[in-house]
This record gives sequence, structure tokens and C-alpha cells, in this order.
Amino acid sequence: MKTEFSITHHADSEGARFGMWLFLFTEILLFGGLFLLYSVYRSEHALNFHSASLELSRFFGTFNTVVLLTSSLTMALSIHFIRYGEQKKSMLFLILTILMGALFLINKYLEWSAKFEHGIYPGSHELVNRSRGEVLFYGLYFTMTGLHAFHVFAGILVLLVMLVLIKKQAITGDDYVKLENSGLYWHLVDIIWIFLFPLFYLIS
Amino acid sequence: MSTHTGTIPYYFNHAKERSFIMSWVLSTDHKRIGILYLVSILTFFIAGMTIGLLMRIELIAPGRTIVSATTYNAMFTLHGVIMIFLFIIPGIPASFGNFVLPLQIGARDVAFPRLNLLSWWLFIMGAILAVVSLFTGGGPIDTGWTFYAPYSIRTTSNVTLAVFAAFLVGFSSILTGLNFLTTIHRLRAEGMKFFKMPLFVWALYATGWIQLIATPVIGITLVLVMLERLFGIGVFDPAKGGDPILFQHLFWIYSHPAVYIMILPAMGVISEIIPTFARRTIFGYRAIAFSSLAIAFVGYLVWGHHMNTSGMSDTARIIFSFLTFLVAVPSGVKVFNWLATLYKGSIDIKSPLLYALSFIFLFSIGGLTGLVNGALASDVHIHDTYFVVGHFHYTMFGGVGFALFGALHYWFPKITGKLYNELLAKIAWLFLFAGFNTLYFPMFIMGFQGMPRRYYDYPAQFHSLQFLSTVGSWILFTGVVLIFANLINALRKGASSPANPWNGTTLEWTIPSPPSAENFEIIPVVKHGPYYRGDTK
Repeated sequence: MKTEFSITHHADSEGARFGMWLFLFTEILLFGGLFLLYSVYRSEHALNFHSASLELSRFFGTFNTVVLLTSSLTMALSIHFIRYGEQKKSMLFLILTILMGALFLINKYLEWSAKFEHGIYPGSHELVNRSRGEVLFYGLYFTMTGLHAFHVFAGILVLLVMLVLIKKQAITGDDYVKLENSGLYWHLVDIIWIFLFPLFYLIS
Repeated sequence: MSTHTGTIPYYFNHAKERSFIMSWVLSTDHKRIGILYLVSILTFFIAGMTIGLLMRIELIAPGRTIVSATTYNAMFTLHGVIMIFLFIIPGIPASFGNFVLPLQIGARDVAFPRLNLLSWWLFIMGAILAVVSLFTGGGPIDTGWTFYAPYSIRTTSNVTLAVFAAFLVGFSSILTGLNFLTTIHRLRAEGMKFFKMPLFVWALYATGWIQLIATPVIGITLVLVMLERLFGIGVFDPAKGGDPILFQHLFWIYSHPAVYIMILPAMGVISEIIPTFARRTIFGYRAIAFSSLAIAFVGYLVWGHHMNTSGMSDTARIIFSFLTFLVAVPSGVKVFNWLATLYKGSIDIKSPLLYALSFIFLFSIGGLTGLVNGALASDVHIHDTYFVVGHFHYTMFGGVGFALFGALHYWFPKITGKLYNELLAKIAWLFLFAGFNTLYFPMFIMGFQGMPRRYYDYPAQFHSLQFLSTVGSWILFTGVVLIFANLINALRKGASSPANPWNGTTLEWTIPSPPSAENFEIIPVVKHGPYYRGDTK
């Protein structure tokens, strides 16, 4: 008797894309809760938010924005080339994307470390003695950029898997929806940063 | 096909390379996953019910009866967490939805079978962590299932792990919703337009959207509670400028829509059972379909009514109160359409229909008392009393619970290929129904008289009603035991079920009971609406 029936789905790339968009929607709502908290606390403590924002390094912030935006371009190029079956070029641009993601995380690490050295981290002695608005600003700063960095990290892992799949020719010019979906995820992470950057670095 | 008699479900056999257990927990077959969920949630139901029974025994008389006040706090928290997060939220969609949805739309599986298995694993890991949280760290959580800040940030009990468990379960719920939405959009059989889908599918569709738009919000809220406890980020901590009321807002932005995650699939089940046993096509098909979407939409905007006494502006409270009343409209549309379907039908009173009818009765009581909660003036009086507990159990147990047992009796022959004893099923229903009302109706009266919820002790004036309520819990328990005894007995010795034991009209009744692994030998072409009986009359 046949016990395990393996169902041979006709690859439904339309469905896969649909599912991915739904997933991105949930990601936006996940960050949405944080943006809600941000807007409430900023309206309550506008001045403190502005003064705390001055302490963040605009250089690092801008640099990271450029890095992440460029990585979105290379991501799109990687998908562009796989569509025409140019495996090598697609892999090259995917590697560039991954490297830029890593560069972003390194910058973020340096930035956080600098803050820690100045005694600014959640619950620190330095921070507790400051105004409540500044405590909340940094609470949100570490939470939101931390959660974002976590998403970048997850994105890098996903892209590494995609790299292997392209190498193994599991992703080809005929069937590249996995890479396309990974690209969508990467762009989402990028877009969230585009909102985080002005809200934390440029409000003063 | 209709001559086919039941055989042993293929899922009891397994390939040689896998053991029996592995053939279940690694299967991507929607039917097996549905059954895995069903067994899991019924297990959690029994666990939650046991705690509930112990709580009722504690409350049988004033003062200490069997447990200390601290234990009682942990018990009502656990009862809530288990029943809400592990039983009733995954409940009907994850179990019957998984099993029946692809059958009803003429598909071989859901859109993402592996994701489906992953969501069961996330659910089970969440459940395991919830159990682990009882015995590690500071012991069982004592915050109530709502995890309100700032207490949840300060208590020494093991909130961090329990909250992480709830996070995993929420993630699992999102993946199920995402999977169902894609399935419904992409995998309907030829000819099955949106307005030819069975109403259970419509209900799952609306539910999927709520799972998607509401669950991420509780996800981030729970993450914040964890971060707050681990690092003290301050967003919910008044000592650092945070606002605990914002926790309540974020919590209820999810948790109110979550009650529609629970009730909409239940209403979907009722919309299946009633036309089957009234032997009529459903009355107001489109109205019922749209009312599901309307409930999903309006239900997203009413969370503030949980916070009428928490501190909000009067404007906000009036708007929330108005929107709350608005939810009653699509709910009423459903009830009237169900009753109209029964009108002049050839009603065949079988046990699934008894559950459906009692659903309408109990849910109407739950819904109408909901209006008492929704009205600002009366809510201030009854807020946080037994009245709310009564209302909640009438909608959630009288509603969702009865629908779930109805679905269990309705689809049991399809899932297992066996028939159960109908007379015993009816007797069990009677115990459940009588016990339910004896248990929960006195709560309305006690709440109205001022008995607060979650209290360990009470003045002597409430003694007789509390006593009555506890007796009710025993009658209800008898009913539950009878249900399980009947069904387990049917599994072991029941007669084989034909393909269509109830004379149902939807696609799952056109294939053998139990279905084969590939569901349909040939994918059907749909020509009629789901409840069309044109050629049988």
C-alpha cells in the first residue's frame, strides 16, 4: 500500500510571491508597534529627543544609509542577472550585497560600542541620571536599531543560502522566485532603515 | 464513490524508513498536520480544564479550601494562558482548518506544506517552553494571561520564558494565516469562484487576515516585555518615564482581534453544520461571507473597550464604545441568517446540529452581555467582575468551545472513517450544555452584585452561587468525559463511515472517509454553489 504520497506541485512562483508579500506586511506591523511607541514618546518629550539625537554620530548613520541603499541596488542587479541566466554575475552581485550587509553590521557594532564606552546603554548609571525623555530615546534607539540589525543578520544568512542554491543551480533563469523573495526581504530591511535613520539621527 | 465504505486511514500506516512517530511529526500532509494540531489542542484543553476544575473546588467555600492564594494566582494565569494561547487561538483553524480547507476548495494540500509543518513545530516548542517556565526561574507566572506591565516587568516569577513561549505560538499563528490566505487565493479548484467557496473557507479567509494584521503587534509587545526584563529599556516602566497604559494598548490591539481569530472559524463551522442538517441551501450566503470580513475589519478597531477604566479620554472611550456596538451588527446578520436557513428546512436533529443550535443560544447570551460591557456607564460598574468572566466564557466556551465540539462531531467520520454512537453523543451534549449554564450563568449574577474576578476569597453572601457554579463544573466535566469516551470508543470499535454520512453538499463529502493521501483522484470542476441541493430534491 502506498503510504507517503509525494505531491508534485507545479512550482507556483505567483503563490510564493504572494506569500512573501503577506510576510513583509507582518514585518511592517511588527516594527509598526515600535514606531507607535516612538511617536507617542517623542510627542511627550520632544526637546529631550532632540538633544539626545545630537549625540548620535551622523557620519556613521549617513555612511550606513549609503551602504544599505547600495546593497539594495546590488541585490536588484543579482536578480536581474539570474533572470538572463548569467549565474556568475548574479553570484558576484549577491556576494557584494552580503559584504555590504556585513559592513553595515560592523559599523553598527562600532557605533554601539562607542555609546557603551560613554556609559550609555539601557539601565546604565549614566543614563538613569538623565531626563526621562533621553532614557526613552535611548531605550527605543537600542531596541529599534537592534531589532533592525537582527533582521539584517537574518537577511545575510538567507542570502548565503541563496548563494549556495545558485551555485548548485537550484536557482536558475527559469525558477528564481526564491532569490526574488529574498530580494524583497532585503529591500524591506532597507526601507525600515530609511525610516529609522531620520527619526533617530536627523531630528535635532 | 458513495458506495465506498471506510477503511483504516492511510495515516496509520507508515513507510519503512520512518518510525510511526516520525511519519507524523515530519509529515507535510495537511491532514496529518491537522490531526497533530487536533490532538495537541485537545490535550491542552484537558490540562486547562483540570486547572479550571481545581479553581472551582477552591472557590466552593470562602477561605482556603485546597490551595494557597499564591498558588491560586498561578492557577488562573495558567488556565488563561493554556486555554487562550494553546487551545482556543490555534483551535479550529489549525486543526479543522488544516484538515478541511484543502478538501473544501478541491486542493491536494495547502500552498506551503513545509511551512505548515514548521508552524506546528513552533507551536509545540512554544508549548514546551511554557511548561518549562513553570519549573524554572522564579516559577509559574502570576500576572494573569494579560501580562500587564509594570507588574510583569517586576515580578520574580518566570515571565520572560513564558512570554517567549507565547511569542513562538504567535509566530506559528501568523504562518498558518499566511499559508491559508495563499492557499485560498491560489489553489481553488476550477470553477470555484470566491463566491462559490464554502462559508467555513470564507471564515478562515477573514481569520487569516486578522492573524496577519494583529499578531505581529503582540509579537513586538512581548519582545518589549522580554527586553524590559532583561535590559531595562524603560518603555513600559513608569520609573524610567515609560507608560504602562501603552502596554495595554499594544496588548489589546492584538488581543481583541484575537477573539475574532477564535470566533470567526467557529461561526464558519456553524455555517457548514446548519445547511447540512436543515437540508437546505444557506440563507443569505453573501451576507454571511461579507459579515465575516466586516467583523474582521471592525473588530480591529475596538480594542479600547478593554481599557474603559484604565485611563483614556472620554472622546476615545465614546468612539471605542460606539465601534464596539457596531460589531454586534455583522454578528447579528449571521445569527438571523442561520435561523432563516432553519426556517422550513427538513431539520435532522443530529449531535453536530445540537452543538450548532446551542452555539447560537449561548453565543447570543454572550453577545448581548457583551453590549452591557461595551456601554460605558454599565461597564464602569461591572468592569473586572465575574460578569466579564461570565461574558467571556459564554462567547469563548459557549461559542468557540461548542463550535469546536460541533466540528469534532461533524468531521469525525470524515477524519477517522468511523461512526460514533449518536445517542451517547446527544447525552454527552446535554451534560455539557446543562453543566455549562450551571457553571457560568451564576457568574453574571455574582458579577452584577460586585464579585471581582481573580479573587481568591469572597464574602459569605456569594457562597450559594459560588457553590452552584462549582457543581456546574462537575456536570460539565461529566459531559466532556462522555464526549471523549464516545469518540475514543468509536475509534476502536465504531462502524465504518460512508463517504457522506450527513448528506452534506461541500466537496469534502464527495471523497471517501477517510480521504486518500492525494485527497482527490481527479481535481473536481465546481459548477454550483457550496450548499446547492438542486438535484436531490
